[in-house]
Amino acid sequence: MAEALLNGNRAEAQTNTLLEVKHLSVDYLAASGVVHAVNDVSITLARGEILGLAGESGCGKSTLAYAIARLLRPPALITEGEVLYYPRTRVDEAGVQRVSTVSMHKREPRVQNLDIDEAEEAVDIMKMGAAELRAFRWTELAIVFQSAMNALNPVMKIGTQIMDVLQAHRPEMGPDARRQRALELLRLVGIAPDRINSYPHELSGGMRQRAIIAIALALSPEIIIMDEPTTALDVVMQREILIEITRLREQLGFSVIFITHDLSLLLELADKIAIMYAGRIVEQGSSFDLYDHPRHPYSYGLLHSFPTIRGPRRNVTGIPGSPPDLRAVPTGCAFNPRCPFAFAPCTGTLPTLSVADPEISEQLVACHLYNPELHPAGAPVEEEFAERYASLSERSKAS
Amino acid sequence: MRHLLRRIGFYLVAVWASITLNFLIPRLAPGNPAEALIARFQGRIRPEALHSLEIEFGITNQNLWVQYVQYLNNLAHGNLGLSITYFPTPVTTVILQDIPWTLALIGLATIISFVLGTLLGIFLAWRRGTTLDSAIPPILTFLSAIPYFWLALISLYVLAYTLNLFPLNGGYDISVTPGLNINFIISAVQHGLLPALTIVVSSIAGWLLGMRNTMITTLSEDYVLMAEAKGLAERRVMFNYAARNAILPNITGFAINLGFVVGGSLLVEIVFSYPGVGFALLQAVQNSDYALMQGLFLFIALAVLAANFLADIVNAALDPRIRQERG
Amino acid sequence: MSQIDPLNRPVPSQDEDGPPDNTLNQVAELEGTHIIEVSADTNGRAAVNTPISLAGNSATPISGTGTPVTTMIAGRLSGFWQAATRNRKVAFGLSVIAFFMLVAIFGPMFVHTDPNAFSQDLLSPPSASHWLGTTQTGQDVFAQVIYGARTSIFWGFLTGILVTIISIVIGLCAGYFGGIIDDILSLFINVFLVLPALPLAIVLAAYFPFKGPLTVAIVITMTSWAYGSRVLRAQTMSMRRRDFVDAARASGERTLRIIFFEILPNEISVVAAGFVGTVLYVIIFEASLEFIGLGSPTVVSWGSMFYWAQNNDALLLGAWWWFVPPGLCIAVLGAALAFINFGIDEMANPRLRTERRPKVKAPSTRKALTTKEAVA
Repeated sequence: MAEALLNGNRAEAQTNTLLEVKHLSVDYLAASGVVHAVNDVSITLARGEILGLAGESGCGKSTLAYAIARLLRPPALITEGEVLYYPRTRVDEAGVQRVSTVSMHKREPRVQNLDIDEAEEAVDIMKMGAAELRAFRWTELAIVFQSAMNALNPVMKIGTQIMDVLQAHRPEMGPDARRQRALELLRLVGIAPDRINSYPHELSGGMRQRAIIAIALALSPEIIIMDEPTTALDVVMQREILIEITRLREQLGFSVIFITHDLSLLLELADKIAIMYAGRIVEQGSSFDLYDHPRHPYSYGLLHSFPTIRGPRRNVTGIPGSPPDLRAVPTGCAFNPRCPFAFAPCTGTLPTLSVADPEISEQLVACHLYNPELHPAGAPVEEEFAERYASLSERSKAS
Repeated sequence: MRHLLRRIGFYLVAVWASITLNFLIPRLAPGNPAEALIARFQGRIRPEALHSLEIEFGITNQNLWVQYVQYLNNLAHGNLGLSITYFPTPVTTVILQDIPWTLALIGLATIISFVLGTLLGIFLAWRRGTTLDSAIPPILTFLSAIPYFWLALISLYVLAYTLNLFPLNGGYDISVTPGLNINFIISAVQHGLLPALTIVVSSIAGWLLGMRNTMITTLSEDYVLMAEAKGLAERRVMFNYAARNAILPNITGFAINLGFVVGGSLLVEIVFSYPGVGFALLQAVQNSDYALMQGLFLFIALAVLAANFLADIVNAALDPRIRQERG
Repeated sequence: MSQIDPLNRPVPSQDEDGPPDNTLNQVAELEGTHIIEVSADTNGRAAVNTPISLAGNSATPISGTGTPVTTMIAGRLSGFWQAATRNRKVAFGLSVIAFFMLVAIFGPMFVHTDPNAFSQDLLSPPSASHWLGTTQTGQDVFAQVIYGARTSIFWGFLTGILVTIISIVIGLCAGYFGGIIDDILSLFINVFLVLPALPLAIVLAAYFPFKGPLTVAIVITMTSWAYGSRVLRAQTMSMRRRDFVDAARASGERTLRIIFFEILPNEISVVAAGFVGTVLYVIIFEASLEFIGLGSPTVVSWGSMFYWAQNNDALLLGAWWWFVPPGLCIAVLGAALAFINFGIDEMANPRLRTERRPKVKAPSTRKALTTKEAVA
């Protein structure tokens, strides 16, 4: 086990599951009513995996990510659910389970004691106490925010913003060691070392985004949540950043939860993709499966909302209509007003995530079309999707 | 640096404007207050003094430009004319006597008010949603709306007159000899407490609510959220990330509000008969002592400009973005 | 001027090109719209974020739409009014102001005592015959307060209008023309902004040949126009970039028409909110100047009451009824203004609201995390 750790081959080191979200629900309480921003979401993240969360604005993907990190503020309220985190553990000489994280230099695995019940391996983030949560933050879970300009303290130098997180979590590091580490991180993301004394407004947009990534990597976390990190950048910069992220991930082995509305991006980047609509996951599966055979009509619609450069020509249809107001979500399946396949049960019964094709057990979909009891005719094929969407767009153009 | 140079340029213009306004006002005044005054004093003062009054008011038939140059020259030599109230004391002497009292009172009171208000504002913003936060702002809003001098009157009446907790007027006990002795200092502090308290109570609400509001806005910024996400200590997030940014608009606000605070404090001095600039101003008005009045205006204006400039420097020091501003 | 800016306004920075973040500009963003509650936190983490329509979106061309300017202005003002009165604080403040205005207009009709008449009861405390007691010369304090209300509020309004007009002219011109005109006007504005108002006003008033409310009004106007100008300048600068202005210029409208008939109506709620603040500021300023003795000795106003009370050592004689009532009136008016301001702040910046949470039974008993806990 220890050798596996020292080799930096994290995938072998422990159970494969890193994070397990179970039935997480988040509500926003407002004077006008309760909004269910995230509704009974369950998903797992494996070690070294890139999980993509996709969906239109307001579908709850950001809320979900911040809920996992417990960074939501009132009026947001986590009403139910657990988020189990499986820290890397090893059993030490005394037979006690300890959590260890491997530093970037692959030195001695550092032992860091989180409060783990000896019998359990996992820790419920939702139940962590204040001190525990603070220790957990950034050492295990870091976040790359969408707008680097807004996420960086405008009156603090970049170097200080890297070093203060080192100071908070690695008290044994002296000022020189911290500075060295900061320089190292800047080099890692491709920022000139003299920028350590620069202020955020003195850097270009791309550099700022990279600085944010550098800060996120400071303590070698296991999970990095990236909230639309490239949306605010131009395509060229976008590509550079994504290459950067992929390279760093291969080098350091962290897992990523990547939030974006750009599904095409995820198809290239992510291992697993979960598509959200109106606060629920409507489909999840490997990126290949999703690309090759999307099951949920919404997924199909999303995939066909952008043209591809390569591959067979296809109609760019888009999805008529717009996402529902979360204060007034349609009954049954929330997508039913816009769905070209909507039939009787769709307005009455809420579909749950289940396997669509028994041979591909990883791909789950929440749609009645795949429920043999409700839809005996069987699942629709690709051409049917295309037809239905085409006629839907005809009708919506006509109206 | 460029930014600072621009600001210095601006303040130089403002200083010039104050000086020139001071020069022009008596000469542009309709009617002729100066002549009436001179007539009043005719025969009662020495010819040289009369002449200097005439020069001061521009009654001499010299060209306006010549007068202006003369005025500037006088100014450079610290000659602001003679005070009528304290005749024949030069205005400069009178002012220099009063300035320390005013600086001590208003200066200290304003600084205390600003610092205390800012700290409490931070505290209140951090404790958002509690009963404290819902109760205090309305109370303070009401308090801040009370005119300074009325609050001074009330507090003087209640605390000094009725309850005898504080001395009634003056800067110090007349029986005590002024100077650097303990008795004097104690007496001065005693007399200064109530006016200072009035100024602080009147002005603190502004700073407090201002800071609270900017803090609340700042606390919802992404960089504060990121600081929390980083697992930093609460105090560091509050001070180094939130407050450090929230205070910037308030420093600008401080500079601008300073004019108001000074005005109000002058009225407080009047109510308390405190031997400072405000009281001198009142006497100047009552006695039509134009020279003193103008001298006081100039001093006050320059002091406020200096304070504004200082606030600008502090602002530039605290906000790296300003230093980089495009010219 | 006797106190900190009662509006507690952070002043727009020197070089800002856009509307500064202060109450008046927040007001501008609300104009003519319905306020819909934002039901979640900001920064895109909101599940639902019904937009508050911005002045930019609702700024519309006036000419060429067939609607007369007055209708447009009335429409905007009423929209703003509706939104404002829904807020409790604003409603409270406005009702207080309305009360005082009623007193100012109708009060003297119901008070039959002449405020200037002497009587035998010298310096007597409140009683049945003199509700608020009498002065050193036997004048009825209550009558003086009522008549004084009329004087103070009337002159306050007049001066407020004057100041507002000047602010509009200078602010809009500076914001619209830009370039050298703006540079000069801005310098002018900033210098006057930084000079202390009260001392300058004292010097100006002292030199006026006649003393009285008119002098005070003129002097206050000369020292108080700068703030509003700066706000409107910033507002205009952002308005100027909007499409409707370009459209108006392209269609050959005369510049003055554009400024006063296109841009100004779109800024009218900023002006309206600023007007309320200005009037109250002016009332206090007037009282201060009169207190020092720069008013007319014969006119009855709140400020003059202070003057006479102070000069007759009312305080030392314990005659609190002389100076407490006028001050209380001003204080209450000032508080009303502050409440309006507070309310507008809350409306424009939803984060400042103290929302009352609906009593919702959550399926589980997880507690909402306060900011404090979230940080820990």
